[in-house]
Amino acid sequence: MTDRKIRVLIAKPGLDGHDRGAKVIARALRDAGMEVIYTGLRQTPQMIAEAALQEDVDIVGLSILSGAHNALVPTVLNHLRENGLDDVKVFVGGIVPEDDIPELLEKGVHAVYGPGTDTQKVVEDIQKAIQGQNE
Amino acid sequence: MINTNAIRQGDRLALSRALTAVENDEPAGQKIQTDLFPHTGNAHLVGVTGAPGTGKSTLVNQLAKTFRQSQEGLEPPKIAIIAVDPTSPFTGGALLGDRIRMQDLAGDKGIFIRSMASRGALGGLAHKTAAFTTILDGAGFDLILIETVGAGQAEVDIARLAHTVIVVEAPGLGDDIQAIKAGILEIADILAVNKADQPGAENTALALKAMLAMAHGDELPTAGKHMRRESSHKTPATHQKEDKAWRPPVQLITATEGKGITELIENIQKHKAYLQETGLWQAKEAHRLRRDLEALIRESLVRQWEGNIDQARFDEVLEQVIHRKLPPIEAVKLLL
Repeated sequence: MTDRKIRVLIAKPGLDGHDRGAKVIARALRDAGMEVIYTGLRQTPQMIAEAALQEDVDIVGLSILSGAHNALVPTVLNHLRENGLDDVKVFVGGIVPEDDIPELLEKGVHAVYGPGTDTQKVVEDIQKAIQGQNE
Repeated sequence: MINTNAIRQGDRLALSRALTAVENDEPAGQKIQTDLFPHTGNAHLVGVTGAPGTGKSTLVNQLAKTFRQSQEGLEPPKIAIIAVDPTSPFTGGALLGDRIRMQDLAGDKGIFIRSMASRGALGGLAHKTAAFTTILDGAGFDLILIETVGAGQAEVDIARLAHTVIVVEAPGLGDDIQAIKAGILEIADILAVNKADQPGAENTALALKAMLAMAHGDELPTAGKHMRRESSHKTPATHQKEDKAWRPPVQLITATEGKGITELIENIQKHKAYLQETGLWQAKEAHRLRRDLEALIRESLVRQWEGNIDQARFDEVLEQVIHRKLPPIEAVKLLL
């Protein structure tokens, strides 16, 4: 019998100093029955990719409020690939201008969420993404 | 398919995937445990337990950091950390936050940290924590630090798994009666009183020392009372053996500042040497393997029974039990 839980890493790359949003989403995913690894503030892309490897997560959720997403997100994606984690899906939440979203999606981000997103939608998107992978 | 050789050669992704397979009880996980088993038995398993908020994660962080710096000229030990946090009994989800306090360890390829949800186990560990130690031991880690769920008085599974158990206490968690209750304090090989910079830490340490003195009297932990009375008649050789018995040191530390960590590591090393010199190391291993084997037999018997039982017959017997026509004890005899 296999009991495969969805494992999610919630990480905050870069220097922005508050993690309210990250904690709210971590809690929501926990309540949806997922195992959420929360790593805290001020993570480098290398640290995030290494934690994703050690924890063997299905999903990496990046919370970025600083505006540095165009620099940070591709770097995280590259480090994940270097670690052989091509199948890990990356979600981005935070303050990302509309104009920047298409480029992030093109680079391999699964979805981008702005302020006020219903946490239930994030939960459903993650569940769908994992189901799609398993089918 | 997970490659055992890759794990042995330090492939971290293969190791990580193997742990997942084990955690989810996949066939690949069983195979990897089987393949790695001949390579196990070398790692020192050190448990860190204590009430929530006493500073277990911070201490584990400091221990790993200091162990990696220790011993000039010697290769530093490869360290694996298993950090267990509770699974919600209502949603099955878990928030695993122990890595937050372990950020100092990022970037060190000699350290591997894995968070683990307890998934319904109640003894302070997850059901698969022991299996994780098999994988990590077989992968060549010298030291495995196991951080339990924030534990109270009854979560003592770690005592059966680890060679050395550190119980972390902090000032202000209860009076000296707490110290003489059964449970977590009894399993300590080393007692660390954390947050020594806070008021009351000295008193906590004193209460713990008094508790230990009361538990051991003038005698030693393994000796019964009758032996103590007779001890004056003992041969010198027996005396010597008794003198070697381990008495858990009580140590003040401030994990956030790294104070007392070097001394704590010395005590961990001393305890390891003590276990090896007295033969208790082998005895503990034998005891643990015996328990593991028994547990596996139980599991497998249950599975066998579940595979063989005639469901209609089971329902029929159950019906009789529900209608109070048949006591459950008699029903078991009919069904086995």
